[in-house]
Amino acid sequence: MTSEAPLLELVDLTRHFPTRNAFGRRTGWLRAVDGVSLSVWPRETVGLVGESGCGKSTLGKTAIGIYAPTAGEIWFLGREIGRLPARERRKVAREVQYVYQDPGASLDPRWKIGRSLHEPLQIHTALSRSGRDTEVRAMLQAVGLPDAHLDLYPHELSGGQQRRVGLARILTLRPRLIILDEPTSGLDVSVQASVLKLFRRLQEAFALTYLLISHDLGVVRAMCQRVAVMYLGKLVEVGESARLFAAPRHPYTQSLLAAVPSLTGPRSTRMLSLEGEPPNPRDIPSGCRFRTRCPLAQDVCAAAEPALRAVDGQLVACHLA
Amino acid sequence: MTDLLAVEALRVEFPTDRGVARVLDGISVAMAPGEVVGLVGESGCGKTTLARAILGVLPFGGGFIRGGQIRFKGRDLLREDQRVLGEEVRGRAITFVPQDPWSSLSPLFTVGAQIMDLMKWKSPHRARSGRGRWPAVLSGYPRERRARDRQDVLDILSAVRIAEPARALERLPHEFSGGQRQRLMIAMALLPAPDLLIADEPTTALDVTIQAQILRLLRGLAKERGVSVLFTTHDLGVAREICDRIVVMYAGQVVESAPTDAFFERPAHPYTRRLLDSVPRSDGEIRDIPGEVPSLISPPAGCRFHPRCDYATVECSAGRAPEGVRGADHSVRCHHPLGAI
Repeated sequence: MTSEAPLLELVDLTRHFPTRNAFGRRTGWLRAVDGVSLSVWPRETVGLVGESGCGKSTLGKTAIGIYAPTAGEIWFLGREIGRLPARERRKVAREVQYVYQDPGASLDPRWKIGRSLHEPLQIHTALSRSGRDTEVRAMLQAVGLPDAHLDLYPHELSGGQQRRVGLARILTLRPRLIILDEPTSGLDVSVQASVLKLFRRLQEAFALTYLLISHDLGVVRAMCQRVAVMYLGKLVEVGESARLFAAPRHPYTQSLLAAVPSLTGPRSTRMLSLEGEPPNPRDIPSGCRFRTRCPLAQDVCAAAEPALRAVDGQLVACHLA
Repeated sequence: MTDLLAVEALRVEFPTDRGVARVLDGISVAMAPGEVVGLVGESGCGKTTLARAILGVLPFGGGFIRGGQIRFKGRDLLREDQRVLGEEVRGRAITFVPQDPWSSLSPLFTVGAQIMDLMKWKSPHRARSGRGRWPAVLSGYPRERRARDRQDVLDILSAVRIAEPARALERLPHEFSGGQRQRLMIAMALLPAPDLLIADEPTTALDVTIQAQILRLLRGLAKERGVSVLFTTHDLGVAREICDRIVVMYAGQVVESAPTDAFFERPAHPYTRRLLDSVPRSDGEIRDIPGEVPSLISPPAGCRFHPRCDYATVECSAGRAPEGVRGADHSVRCHHPLGAI
């Protein structure tokens, strides 16, 4: 994995949103993503976890250009995409795709599935109608739906099937990197299992790379080779999935893992769990962002912000790790 | 011990354009006083419909009860006078915690105003619940009872760990986070001193860390006050955290019911086994359940799970298995239960 160049490399990526008062005057900044560096290698699955409001989705959207970064660089296949000419950027846009929480919602309710699947090919390729048709049928088969579905409307499909169509729509463009934003939230475990299996099969078939954004640690653990844990706009721990879940170094990762209900072993919530809620991202604590909830916090934590440093092969941002 | 709640052979149907959907098909569930029971199943299996049927708030013109009984403290809720139910049971002896804490409070009134409004009618200090002779705006709220009720409210807000309860009452709902609002909902559900609290997926919208806090809080308060909880969820891990007993539903029928530990150690119904297996494992293995949840309009004959079941035989499509009992409190409806009965 390390011998190759990274597919996507984020360097000190920052995205701030202005906060405004009732008269539209800027009153401050919401630091949604505040200096994140992360590399994603080809054909791996990287998990991005954290509580709601920690900036996971903003990071995903900034990384592929849906939001313009406030500062920092995004490198895709060795080129910085902020400096590419418009024509080249379109090509990159085709190779990087974003799957929203509910891909079914991005289907036009008045279009038959076939038409929705043709649209991206019409925009991005010069294929003839019959050429597009073979491509579309191949993709529909790849996501496990019969050809007959081409003539159905979105409302005639179940939620799980709509998700599959949404995926097929993205795959027709042959992307290399797919950002999956909470792809299984709101699904039942059995449907979730079949969707996750589909992601894996497609990854093998099309040599895909995934950045999986999720708050479900069970899903991330099962799917990802590497995991990045995010708290209030910063990464606090990055490491190999197996090692990070077995021996988390950052107190936040530890308490996050402790809060997950499991089917075996001790009942986590009947013991001590993380108290309080994340602070307001408009008003980030000084020093370590986690210190207000951290059971181990000391004076040094309020004074200086810890940087990500390597500890036993994992990257940890904690003074005490 | 006599049951607090006993649902027997309950059938609820929803007429649709394509036919009649039998959403609950002969459901029987019993709850002992003080017990926390988890109602587990996939979306569309009828969990929420059962919760609403017990509360007597099925969608108007939608769900029709076609048979069965719901006995609560010895009275049949389906045959009781609706006025009496509204005064003595609904919102008083049986209360509800919704899934979505965002849409359950009015954004226009302070939290205190909304809680005191509830207490005006449903306070345990009130001799008689329900509407009085006068319209709501005209009926008085005796000052003495109001003071007592307010003290109750402050006590319960500190019990659910809302910081500075007196100041919290002056605030508007948008000033609270999702976790805090769910705490408020739990507080409001406990205020009338109910015997049964129905919680419909109360933690689905929350983060794991907040979910852990809420689960611990809910179980702690329920046990402390001797309140029974009927907790619906599709998350088996969550059910294991909070419940004493777990009831599994599939396509409108109960397939298995067992004490929590026995349930996770020795599941007896093949569907339960597959449901447990579809939770992603730490070694990365993922196993799904082949096939789809059946239509409730034309469900499969016999055991409704048989088209997706590995153990299915001819008798499974012929008829539903009788209730098999294993151990003290573990029942399963399957012709071929896993492990010895």
